[in-house]
Amino acid sequence: MGDWMTVTDRGLSSESKTISQYTSEIKMSPSSLYSQQVLCSSIPLSKNVHSFFSAFCTEDNIEQSVSYLDQELTTFGFPSLYEESKGKETKRELNIVAVLNCMNELLVLQRKNLLAQENVETQNLKLGSDMDHLQSCYSKLKEQLETSRREMIGLQERDRQLQCKNRNLHQLLKNEKDEVQKLQNIIASRATQYNHDMKRKEREYNKLKERLHQLVMNKKDKKIAMDILNYVGRADGKRGSWRTGKTEARNEDEMYKILLNDYEYRQKQILMENAELKKVLQQMKKEMISLLSPQKKKPRERVDDSTGTVISDVEEDAGELSRESMWDLSCETVREQLTNSIRKQWRILKSHVEKLDNQVSKVHLEGFNDEDVISRQDHEQETEKLELEIQQCKEMIKTQQQLLQQQLATACDDDTTSLLRDCYLLEEKERLKEEWSLFKEQKKNFERERRSFTEAAIRLGLERKAFEEERASWLKQQFLNMTTFDHQNSENVKLFSAFSGSSDWDNLTVHSRQPQKKPHSVSNGSPVCMSKLTKSLPASPSTSDFCQTRSCISEHSSINVLNITPEEIKPNQVGGECTNQKWSVASRPGSQEGCYSGCSLTYTNSHVEKDDLP
Amino acid sequence: MNFSEVFKLSSLLCKFSPDGKYLASCVQYRLVVRDVNTLQILQLYTCLDQIQHIEWSADSLFILCAMYKRGLVQVWSLEQPEWHCKIDEGSAGLVASCWSPDGRHILNTTEFHLRITVWSLCTKSISYIKYPKACLQGITFTRNGRYMALAERRDCKDYVSIFVCSDWQLLRHFDTDTQDLTGIEWAPNGCVLAVWDTCLEYKILLYSLDGRLLSAYSAYEWSLGIKSVAWSPSSQFLAVGSYDGKVRILNHVTWKMITEFGHPATINNPKTVVYKEAQKSPQLGLGCLSFPPPGAGAGPLPSSESKYEIASVPVSLQTLKPVTDRANPKIGIGMLAFSPDSYFLATRNGDFAVLSLCWHLSGDSMALLSKDHVCLCFLETEAAVSTACRQLGGRT
Repeated sequence: MGDWMTVTDRGLSSESKTISQYTSEIKMSPSSLYSQQVLCSSIPLSKNVHSFFSAFCTEDNIEQSVSYLDQELTTFGFPSLYEESKGKETKRELNIVAVLNCMNELLVLQRKNLLAQENVETQNLKLGSDMDHLQSCYSKLKEQLETSRREMIGLQERDRQLQCKNRNLHQLLKNEKDEVQKLQNIIASRATQYNHDMKRKEREYNKLKERLHQLVMNKKDKKIAMDILNYVGRADGKRGSWRTGKTEARNEDEMYKILLNDYEYRQKQILMENAELKKVLQQMKKEMISLLSPQKKKPRERVDDSTGTVISDVEEDAGELSRESMWDLSCETVREQLTNSIRKQWRILKSHVEKLDNQVSKVHLEGFNDEDVISRQDHEQETEKLELEIQQCKEMIKTQQQLLQQQLATACDDDTTSLLRDCYLLEEKERLKEEWSLFKEQKKNFERERRSFTEAAIRLGLERKAFEEERASWLKQQFLNMTTFDHQNSENVKLFSAFSGSSDWDNLTVHSRQPQKKPHSVSNGSPVCMSKLTKSLPASPSTSDFCQTRSCISEHSSINVLNITPEEIKPNQVGGECTNQKWSVASRPGSQEGCYSGCSLTYTNSHVEKDDLP
Repeated sequence: MNFSEVFKLSSLLCKFSPDGKYLASCVQYRLVVRDVNTLQILQLYTCLDQIQHIEWSADSLFILCAMYKRGLVQVWSLEQPEWHCKIDEGSAGLVASCWSPDGRHILNTTEFHLRITVWSLCTKSISYIKYPKACLQGITFTRNGRYMALAERRDCKDYVSIFVCSDWQLLRHFDTDTQDLTGIEWAPNGCVLAVWDTCLEYKILLYSLDGRLLSAYSAYEWSLGIKSVAWSPSSQFLAVGSYDGKVRILNHVTWKMITEFGHPATINNPKTVVYKEAQKSPQLGLGCLSFPPPGAGAGPLPSSESKYEIASVPVSLQTLKPVTDRANPKIGIGMLAFSPDSYFLATRNGDFAVLSLCWHLSGDSMALLSKDHVCLCFLETEAAVSTACRQLGGRT
């Protein structure tokens, strides 16, 4: 508060140097004093506070100081300190209220001023720092500018130098080229000159040669001769021929023939090569088409222009292939078609391969965005799954095998297992056993029957014999009876001969008969006998029985033929069929009964003839 | 490998008969004919002068001995040793002499290439062919012996005449578009004639048997051109070796180049097998051999035995830079030889001292000859050289 104390030269005692200092500085107007003092430190020195405050107003000059203060304040616009004077002559009383108000106002003002001062000072500081910063920037930029300017100048200089060099080099190149051209011209001119000179010299030389030749020829040198012992034959042994127009023509022909042969040979080679190359190209084309066409069937394949062209191309090319194979000529169009189609296919293949490459690269770079490509992880998962499955299956198979083994290779000491061993086949075994027993029974039956048959056959044979004997005796009796009346002896003889030779006669008749199916003469009685005989026999068509019956019949017939006219044999009731087979079987002498074998042998032919029996 | 005893020989004149039964060699003025199996002397003929050239006739019945200095040619018969024939060119002189393919005519080239005289042993007749060209390979016969091509030069222009050998009728006569023809050669199939120009100009022309120009080929201009030419035995390829160290192969269908083989100084290709002669004693000169396809010849090494070892790639070949201010520099492909099955081509580049390359008829071996050495190379079926053995032979 005491900073603005204006110490006028009222004679105040300067007790402190500070005051005197202030006084020395303050010989100015109060306003300027005021501002100065504002600029100076606002806080008064603590030492001189008291002296400061007491320097202005002492007890002596209260009135003066009040009036002075009043003056000052009124000039500043503050209200007067004095009270309203009542009269002119009376001393004015100090208005304390006004004084206090003035003081307050002054304090407020002081505060405001202080604030303002602070603000201004900070602003000042700020501005000062900004200024410094800007100055430093400015200086830096100036430096930079300088350096860049210098650089630019340096570069320009270098550029200039290089351009100079370039120009020099161009110049040199041009010079060199010119020189080369010049030298070439020189060479050309020298060459022509040399040629000219050479020609001249050659002409001279030729002239000399001609002259020399003339001389040599003219000399008629006897020495130029050939001394030969005897003529040698020609290499090919032929005589020499005169040179005529024909021989000349022949030579020409031969020459052309040689040339033509050579050309033909070469053309053949080239055609062969062409054909091979064409084949290769066509094969390539086919393979390319086959390579590209399976791609169409894959559902993942993106349908875009390329596949469309592939399809169309395949159809086209198929047609072309057929056309080409048909023609197989080397005409222009076919060749062009082939090359064009191959180029097309190649382009398609190339684009396809590029696509594949792109896809692969995409998979590597971008991950699994592309649907068409299985990501590696999915692929791996799939493979793992499949491997697991495979393992499981294998294990299953192993367990099953083990079980099977167990089943089959069971331990032998277990009774139930041994019983159970053939449990599956038990039923079949039973059936088999039944059948066996049946079979055995049947066999036994057959054996029995056979035995019975053989017995019957034996009996039959015996009976027959007996019967034969009876008959023979009966016949004898008859004959005897018959012939005793007339020619006893002769008929006896006849009969005897007939009889004795009955077997012979039989044989004769047998042999005289033709081995054909002929009706044979059989007596009326024979069928009866036959039927008798047959009835006695069982109905089974055994071959030996057949033989028996036949032999019976034949014997019958042979004996009866003497007096009875041939008649047709009635079909007998013997069962069975009469076939050639049977006859052939019968002709085999392998019958079991030995006593019938002889019969069957002798009567084979008759048997053959008698096969009209059913 | 066994060697026989050394026989005397003069002027490197030693030739096997075409049927392979006899061996003719010359010693001074004597002609010795030996049996191939026993090397016994079968015949001995004496000529009138030192022999410069001998040649067997195609049917192995006659031998011609040419004595250029005296201008004489003497012909001997193997069947009848007492038969003799002497052809005297007299003042015309003799520069070259050769048989015709039928073995009954002798073609003598007189001095200065004035003319070619055709002497017939059957009829004692003489024919003259004028203006033959004085070049390295002016006469060539087809393999079937029917036609002869002769290079001629009249009025500063090159011509080629084709004769029928049976009656020496002139079949065709045409001019060639060459500056200075250096060589002509028939293809083995006898239908195409290759004609090439001097080394100052790279040009090779191909003519058909009837004289039509089939094709012309020129690889580059101005530098030295063709040095050597070889047909493949199947007539499918024509190998042209040039001074720039490259061999260019032309094919018989289009007569265009199908491939060219270079001969770089450093071999880097790991597929190439390089055979290097191992030094037994510290000598000068080191040769190396490489297959396939072009091979450079082995250099001479005067040690009695040496072996080849496979050198690891990269290998740099020793080459001597030839003097450039002389004519006929020793650069370029000087020698070409196709194998009989046309699978391989052997070439000699630069100045490697290989004097001749020749293949065996079966195609699996090759002989290299240098001045003092002979080297045999065997090929395995997979085109790898299995062994290469060298022996020093005396100067034969």
